[in-house]
Amino acid sequence: MSTQNDKKNEHDVETTGHSWDGIEEYNNPLPRWWLWTFYATIVWGVLYTIAYPAWPLISEATPGLLGFSTREQVQRDIAAVDEANAAIVEELAQVELASLSQDPELQTFAVNAGAAVFRNNCSQCHGSGAAGAPGYPNLLDDAWLWGGTIDDIAFTVAHGIRNEQSPDARYSEMPAFGDILEDAQIAAVVQHVRAISGQEHDATLAGEGAQVFEEQCAACHGADGTGDNFLGAPNLTDAIWLYGGDVDTLTETVTYSRFGVMPAWAETFRGPQGLTEAEIKAVAAYVHGLGGGQQVE
Amino acid sequence: MASTEQSGSLYAAREPIFPRRVTGKFRTLKWWIMGVTLGIYYLLPWIRWDRGPNLPDQAVLVDLAGRRFFFFWIEIWPHEFYFIAGLLIMAGLGLFLFTSALGRVWCGYACPQTVWTDLFILVERWIEGDRNARVRLWKAKWDARKWRLRLTKYAAWILIALATGGAWVFYFADAPTLLVDLVTLDARPVAYLTIALLTATTFVFGGFMREQICIYACPWPRIQAAMMDEDTLTVAYRDWRGEPRGKHRKAKGAEALGDCIDCNACVNVCPMGIDIRDGQQMACITCALCIDACDDVMDKVGKPRGLIDYMALTDEQAERAGEEPRPIWKHVFRPRTVLYTSLWGGIGLALLVALFIRPDIDMTVAPVRNPQFVVMSDGDIRNTYDVRLRNKHGDTRLFRMWATGHPSLRLTVEGTPYESLWVPADSTKLQRVYVTAPEGSAPAQAEATEVRFWVEDLNTGDRAYVDSVFNGRTQ
Repeated sequence: MSTQNDKKNEHDVETTGHSWDGIEEYNNPLPRWWLWTFYATIVWGVLYTIAYPAWPLISEATPGLLGFSTREQVQRDIAAVDEANAAIVEELAQVELASLSQDPELQTFAVNAGAAVFRNNCSQCHGSGAAGAPGYPNLLDDAWLWGGTIDDIAFTVAHGIRNEQSPDARYSEMPAFGDILEDAQIAAVVQHVRAISGQEHDATLAGEGAQVFEEQCAACHGADGTGDNFLGAPNLTDAIWLYGGDVDTLTETVTYSRFGVMPAWAETFRGPQGLTEAEIKAVAAYVHGLGGGQQVE
Repeated sequence: MASTEQSGSLYAAREPIFPRRVTGKFRTLKWWIMGVTLGIYYLLPWIRWDRGPNLPDQAVLVDLAGRRFFFFWIEIWPHEFYFIAGLLIMAGLGLFLFTSALGRVWCGYACPQTVWTDLFILVERWIEGDRNARVRLWKAKWDARKWRLRLTKYAAWILIALATGGAWVFYFADAPTLLVDLVTLDARPVAYLTIALLTATTFVFGGFMREQICIYACPWPRIQAAMMDEDTLTVAYRDWRGEPRGKHRKAKGAEALGDCIDCNACVNVCPMGIDIRDGQQMACITCALCIDACDDVMDKVGKPRGLIDYMALTDEQAERAGEEPRPIWKHVFRPRTVLYTSLWGGIGLALLVALFIRPDIDMTVAPVRNPQFVVMSDGDIRNTYDVRLRNKHGDTRLFRMWATGHPSLRLTVEGTPYESLWVPADSTKLQRVYVTAPEGSAPAQAEATEVRFWVEDLNTGDRAYVDSVFNGRTQ
């Protein structure tokens, strides 16, 4: 079979006329349509650079006749999503939070939107996983300083804690007992707190501390130390500590007090940087669904 | 264009090819293959298949928006895409097998480019006549008759092309609904765009590009040389029998001539426009129409058939040496083809097994590791898991979940005090699930405890499980 081919090559295929040391170059021509396709791509390329942003200049590229911009496209896409969501966002803004769980579609939307709001605005203090940090409450557990129903959470987000922006901010102030009590009394009350929270403690000191606690602390933290959501007074008997439950930290807390501040997030107080009604409800739904949310009794 | 003094252009215009009509066993086989493949392509989307409520009733449907692939009784979800990958690998290995055994049999018989070109040539012949008439028409002036014939032909081609592009989109949406939408101009722009694109490519590739696609555009002919060897069957000319060729059988010295009467029948029927007597060559798609044409001529001149024939390279050497060629099955049955066949069969078998053992309940469990655990007010240790539960049924189902691994572990579903959850029909539900270990229990104190998540479909009692890990307080 190959013999025929060789014969053909010797006699039939023209050469380009190039010859190097007797080696000739065959001319197996490309198809002409290929050439025209190649020219067409060049023309297309030129037109493309005219129609679309292409040539880099000093501060920006040539804009192109069609005025196309990827940034504008992103803005348009975002606007399109916002428009598509407008109805359900409005629905969320109007909904009674307590009945949100009866509308699974709205609830799913709220939780997903709330996750985004949380990561943008809350995670800086509370952590991206909402596990908090010393002084910044863990939002995953079942302990709440100011209440854990979805409405409580929404109110806390909107008005914040101990700030000067919202007149309705959650407010309470623990005295710095270093000015009021003797060091020995503070040491005793610390032992009492460790006793009621089931930790290792000195029983004698704790007995003395019980007296101090009743006089100085029970007004806010309750006689049994279980705290009061209305005053943001922590439950001192559970396993959860905002600043720490060891002797040193407790001594510090009692001596100097604590004054945790959270900003008010509602637009009313923050202006355009703030959260809309729907965003507040969304983030409340998200936080409420992290595992510690309390149901309305 | 660029050229040198000694030679012609570096670019060549396409030489028009006017394949003559031919009859014979390979032509008949090609008609059948054309009928079956085109029939499958055009009709498949119209076959209905009842899957119950809420699921499409189209037998073959690629639902891109819903991320589902329906093939008769099989429903493929995105996480089962390996089935598609497996089928593609099988298709590849199948091509390897056929190429190593029978050469470019894909190109010659089954490739869409070949099938549609064949169809376009058939239509061309109906409208403009056979080879000689078409050559005359091509050379003729552009008078009324030529215009009429050309426009008729293009119109027929456009219709075929439109049907081709049109059929494609029916694989991606409910065909009857889409057809109505297309006609009433209610379909989405992407449907019209797809149809327009495929209509254009079908029209141009089938009507004008034809063999140019095979020679210049398609990578497969270049790749498949790697699968061919001296035992591969290809279409070849027995030059030792045919040469020297000659027309004048009654002339003096005609006894010295070979069997080839140089009638050019093999050249005239070739859709690639080549002369097979030049030997096996790049452009040959082994469609075997030259075999039919030559056999016909050999019958007429009273010579044995097979001057042009399917044969392997080793046969040529054997025949030249005056030996018997090996039988076809010996060419086909060799280690290479056995290897391809067993790979093909092995993957096919594995896919079949996977298809039948794939669970009805699909669950994935992703432990939430930010944070690893949460201390509850009563000192309990709680871990969170994102559970994805798939309901492949056409109705909403209730699933119950529980965790094993240590008797103290308790599972709850977010937002409820219960262990059960509803999953809507034909969808995946992402559910936050908690596992809690009481303070002081072994899992609460161990760094990690193996935990098994169980799920039960309360309708059917089907169960499935996924293993994960519970993190305790580490100090």
